[in-house]
Amino acid sequence: MTATVDRGTLDRGTPPALRRGRVLAATLTCLVAVVLAGLYGITAGSSSLTVADVAAVLVGQGTGGQELIVYQLRMPRVVGGILVGAALGLAGALTQTFARNPLATPDILGVTSGASFGAVLAIVVGGGTYAVAPGLLTLGLPAMAALGALVTSAVVYGLAWRGGIDSFRLILIGIGTTAALTGLTQYMVARAQITEAGAATQWLVGSLSGISWASVWPVLAALVVLAPLAWSQVRDLGIGQLGDEVSIGLGVSLQRHRLLVILCAVLLVAAAVSASGPIEFVAFVAPQIALRLARTDRPPLAASALVGALVVVGGDGLARGLLPGEVPVGIITAVVGAPYLIWLLTRSRGGSA
Amino acid sequence: MTTTTTTTALAARGVTLAYDGDPVFEGLDLEVETGRVTTFIGANGSGKSTLLKALGRVLRPGSGTVELDGAPIRSLPTREVARRLAILPQKPLTPTATSVRDLVARGRHPHQSMFRPWTAADAAAVDAALAATGMAALADRDAGSLSGGQLQRAWIALVLAQEAPVVLLDEPTTFLDLTHQLDVLRLVRSINRTRGTTVVMVLHDLSLAARYSDRLVVLGRGRVLADGAPWDVLTPEVLRDAFDLDARVVPDPSCGTPLVVPVEPAGDHAPVWVG
Repeated sequence: MTATVDRGTLDRGTPPALRRGRVLAATLTCLVAVVLAGLYGITAGSSSLTVADVAAVLVGQGTGGQELIVYQLRMPRVVGGILVGAALGLAGALTQTFARNPLATPDILGVTSGASFGAVLAIVVGGGTYAVAPGLLTLGLPAMAALGALVTSAVVYGLAWRGGIDSFRLILIGIGTTAALTGLTQYMVARAQITEAGAATQWLVGSLSGISWASVWPVLAALVVLAPLAWSQVRDLGIGQLGDEVSIGLGVSLQRHRLLVILCAVLLVAAAVSASGPIEFVAFVAPQIALRLARTDRPPLAASALVGALVVVGGDGLARGLLPGEVPVGIITAVVGAPYLIWLLTRSRGGSA
Repeated sequence: MTTTTTTTALAARGVTLAYDGDPVFEGLDLEVETGRVTTFIGANGSGKSTLLKALGRVLRPGSGTVELDGAPIRSLPTREVARRLAILPQKPLTPTATSVRDLVARGRHPHQSMFRPWTAADAAAVDAALAATGMAALADRDAGSLSGGQLQRAWIALVLAQEAPVVLLDEPTTFLDLTHQLDVLRLVRSINRTRGTTVVMVLHDLSLAARYSDRLVVLGRGRVLADGAPWDVLTPEVLRDAFDLDARVVPDPSCGTPLVVPVEPAGDHAPVWVG
């Protein structure tokens, strides 16, 4: 179970200082790209605003209608997209790194399926009619999604515990739990009234269309608390790549480190999914793209978060700017992100481990 | 009455170890003296690596304690143990996209913290480890591009950079050809001689173990079958008992240490040509 890296593209003789420079360069490039994608996201949409209009609003010279669109509709959507994507990218980098396996995404640890189960339960059992649904969407549904994510993760972690956590066992139990919960979720959708089934299906795709400032703050709070906590584990994550025995030998408190990393990832995903629904592909693909941009031995945390933000906010901007109708970003990230990853994989001469 | 000058670096006291429920050792006592090269030998499944892992606090004994410098090893903070005891497991994972220097630098982990980042002392330890293992010229190479012998030297450099006075090596010569096995064992002995590092290792090759160890511990049937200097331990009786091996032991023509020569069953020692 080694991290997937294409050896073919490695520079054998690159000094370490230059490698760190490459991580910095990749991170800064992603940051610039996120800012540009965010600005594009504010201009793109059904009621067209020019860049000049947006600039006018930002300096307080816009019309009342333009201000409403920018501050209450576009800004929360763009900021929310950036935060959701960053949370997903960071969570994916954490789990893929500690498990030394690119397949080990929060989706597999049961977080996403638990959130989906909770949300669909809220829609089907509590939803009833469209009149109730908006109320649920502002408070009840995100809370149920977060609750589902946390309970499921705790159950998976508890089942995988055997005097310690073995990442392979954790992945297998996560896969089993995800399958069971996905089945139950689909059963609820199949048995639901057509309107509820429609709402549930729409939520399950993952979209930024329901995001308001109220749903942005929890994600921001989660990132502000959890990103530094994740950063505190970055050196132990590096040691972890050398195997469990070497980690113990070098003085890593393995179980405490893993619990912290898993906790960070679960809470980040719970916060993100509560706000936007499951945009599943991002946690898997963002760290893998960041890994290949920075050419490191493990997904760089900051760059993974930024790639996640870029994928979500860029995908949402493209959906609103170029495509007719309101295409959920979950569909865009899968349709654009997956081929990009496959291209990255096939481009490398050495193949992947 | 003479006072003994040896001190005990590591000790197993009444240690019981099980692997997947099967007991390997019950109530085992063993002391490892400071500054010497002690090597565990024994047949496959005799528990050599299991015992080494218990000494390195990778495995938790079912009962009994492992002591490091007289203190129960599990009562000490793991980071402090890591500054005093280094482990090279049998199959460490070599990271991708990592230079030899970056790999070796991770050996400084127990000396660093959030509040004590990389210092000149860390860099000096890495440089010294690279020089001692002859890896200085390869320091900027990607670890994934090294040959088996070079890679093992890089891992030993990581262990050296840790600057622990006690080092545990689990089969450090496995997968290497004879030249590189000698290379690694000479390196281990020179570290022991020059730095005074206490070395405990597991080896399969009996003659090489005899050549490079001060003390051999023969394990089998859940206990210590023989223990002492190579000439005292490697006797035909012990070899028959521990390995079910019919062998003669002769002086190594190169350095006078015991050389184990397996004996062929009568009539099989010469090829028989059927015309």
